Amino acid sequence: MTIALGFLALILATLLGWLLKQSFNTQPWIADVVSETAHQGPLGTNTRLIALLAFLAVVSSFFALILSAYALRMELGDWVPLSEPQLLWTNTAMLILASIVFQWTRNAAARNQSTRLLPGLLVTGVLTTGFVVGQLIAWQQLQATGQFITSNPANAFFYFLTGAHAVHIAGGMYVWARATIKVVLGRGDDRAVGRSIELCTIYWHFLLLVWLVLFGLLLST
Amino acid sequence: MAYVAIADRDHEIEHHDPQTFITKYIWSQDHKVIAVQYGLTAIFVGLIALGLSAMMRLQLGFPDQFSFINPENYYQFVTMHGMIMVIYLLTALFLGGFGNYLIPLMCGSRDMVFPYLNMLSYWVYLLSVIILLASFFVPGGSTGAGWTLYPPQAIMQGTPGVDWGILLMLGSLAVFIVAFTMGGLNYITTVLQARCRGMTLMRMPLSVWGIFIATVLGLLAFPALLVSAIMMLFDKILLTSFFMPAISSMGADPGYTGGSPILFQHLFWFFGHPEVYIVALPAFGIVSDLLSTHARKNIFGYRMMVWAIVAIGGLSFVVWAHHMYVSGMNPYFGFFFATTTLIIAVPTAIKVYNWVLTLWEGNIHLRVPMLFAIGFIFTFIHGGLTGLFLGNVTIDLPLSDTYFVVAHFHMVMGVSPVLVVFGAIYHWWPKITGRMYHETLGKWHFWMTFLGTYAIYLPMHYLGFQGVPRRYFAMGNTEFMPDSAQDLNAWITMSALFVAATQVLFFINMIWSLAKGPKADPNPWNATTLEWQTPDNPPKHGNWGHELPVAHRWAYDYSVPGYEDDFIPQNVSPDDAPAGRDHGGAH
Repeated sequence: MTIALGFLALILATLLGWLLKQSFNTQPWIADVVSETAHQGPLGTNTRLIALLAFLAVVSSFFALILSAYALRMELGDWVPLSEPQLLWTNTAMLILASIVFQWTRNAAARNQSTRLLPGLLVTGVLTTGFVVGQLIAWQQLQATGQFITSNPANAFFYFLTGAHAVHIAGGMYVWARATIKVVLGRGDDRAVGRSIELCTIYWHFLLLVWLVLFGLLLST
Repeated sequence: MAYVAIADRDHEIEHHDPQTFITKYIWSQDHKVIAVQYGLTAIFVGLIALGLSAMMRLQLGFPDQFSFINPENYYQFVTMHGMIMVIYLLTALFLGGFGNYLIPLMCGSRDMVFPYLNMLSYWVYLLSVIILLASFFVPGGSTGAGWTLYPPQAIMQGTPGVDWGILLMLGSLAVFIVAFTMGGLNYITTVLQARCRGMTLMRMPLSVWGIFIATVLGLLAFPALLVSAIMMLFDKILLTSFFMPAISSMGADPGYTGGSPILFQHLFWFFGHPEVYIVALPAFGIVSDLLSTHARKNIFGYRMMVWAIVAIGGLSFVVWAHHMYVSGMNPYFGFFFATTTLIIAVPTAIKVYNWVLTLWEGNIHLRVPMLFAIGFIFTFIHGGLTGLFLGNVTIDLPLSDTYFVVAHFHMVMGVSPVLVVFGAIYHWWPKITGRMYHETLGKWHFWMTFLGTYAIYLPMHYLGFQGVPRRYFAMGNTEFMPDSAQDLNAWITMSALFVAATQVLFFINMIWSLAKGPKADPNPWNATTLEWQTPDNPPKHGNWGHELPVAHRWAYDYSVPGYEDDFIPQNVSPDDAPAGRDHGGAH
């Protein structure tokens, strides 16, 4: 459980640091006249961004716990390391490219270059779909060589981890599809589309990071 | 003062005042309606779980007298009672119910920041409840694995409900976690982003603090339950061996190899222990506000209270293995977890001292909510003290799996939070419904419940010391248990049935109040927090009419020296305060 604990320590330390900043040396019992023009503080930025970050913390907790279980289960005698299909390297490259193109699209949206949005979104969509399909093919390759989910705990974890990651990608694709449809139909104002793309980009980078951690772990064990 | 207020956010919040009955009360996006939906659903399943506990007690008090209770459905009653009470009643009621109702009103916002997601959260929760209740009706009935669902027995032949019940249970939990995540993200973001102008973090009422930190715990801890539920589903359906060891079942080999049941216990309790505080922290917060309001005195040590909530939340993640002392572990581990468990008693004790000190020299009004709040202090101290026994490895080993444990956790996370639930319902009832309840009836309800629970659980501690084991369908003839143990068990059953029956008083009171109760004053308790300052009672959609409130002070300006009234609401500026003189001195 060290992995989960380490992750939690990180999250809680962030939370504590922020709380300390908010509460240190305040005297809550003192009343003051709050002016009508009082402005929002540093966090009064983007509600959706805050919610996304909180969601990413939840997803991180989910994966950190699976990794903890992985580490604990690995120590038992029946673990036979799995040799991962080479295809995973191609898939990883596609996901990295998808992340890069999404970043490029986001930058274009930030600079109001609206003609670049659709090509950017479509390329990302193709690359990400390619990643998911590639993962499915990797599953088939494994099964063709007799590596089924029940064959070994290492296999079971491989299918579980890649499956859970792909499900999160699929969730992202839903938001991606909504943004793309808005761009295609020309509906919704540019700011709203830009915000969607911004949040998607963060989510894609995050899932890329998760995948790199998972892939590194799968390769090294 | 660094504060994060949402000032001119009015225009960003969409206002679609609901028109029809359906959008107003069923597919509602109003946090108050969703709160009531959550509350009613949770209380409904809670009543089912109460009925199940009565069946259990009938068997234990009067063994083999009732033909409708056999060992199989006894275990199903135990399992479903535990799971419903902990997750589907208490978690849903505190966070989905009170969290939804109180956060926007106490923070001075119009609604949750994502009303649609909030509505979805309730309907997904309802779906999880329906899946759970469906398991009563499938072939083989619901699972009888015990609420901890330990493998291997949870998915092995011989356990009731092994074919369908366990699948529905695990599925329902997964759906519940999805619902909770949708709600939880809303609560967090609303507290962080939608507070009214002037409402700094350190001015928030402790109720909001408790709910906020409990939500953080829930968001980080529920994934552990989700992971273990998914992995157990894999073990059950796909025959993987995450948790299932090589084992033969009824002479046959089910095909499992070398999995680790202890791994499940780690994952389960990594969720399970924070879960205790997911239920307790909102109760702590709410009880602080009830005590302060009805004692007409500011809460003692507000900042300490906030930091105690945060510290308990953090520590709750490093104590989980104290549920596993008997699973066998490295003695140094046991030492570590016993130490952290005892350390968590420090912030908890600080809270208890502060509650008592809040009462000291207060102008105590023994109204119904206050009775429940003070009752909570008693039951929580009793439950907490036995926790110190069980937190020590050497004392836990002999007491493990006895009635002592049952008595301990029922006092600390059954009775105590439920007393707060009742206190909170009585306290906010005039705001939620706009009507008053019957005071005398409420007091009867309190005394029956409070004394009744002691009649149940005090003898149970004693039986635990005698070594009476929990989870047994029948005790049989064992030498260490004297015959009188059975007499005591019968007494416990009669008390339990009595307490269960007296809850009728509560429902009579509420129904009477809805039908004939006198119209409530907008602020019947002279409370300071924002929810009592709404322009309408009960508050309408959007809560605040045209203008959002502004918070000029903390939530605890009771009996401030030099003022005529013994309370100053949070939205009263020092310039307008009744006596006109407030330099915020030490009071």
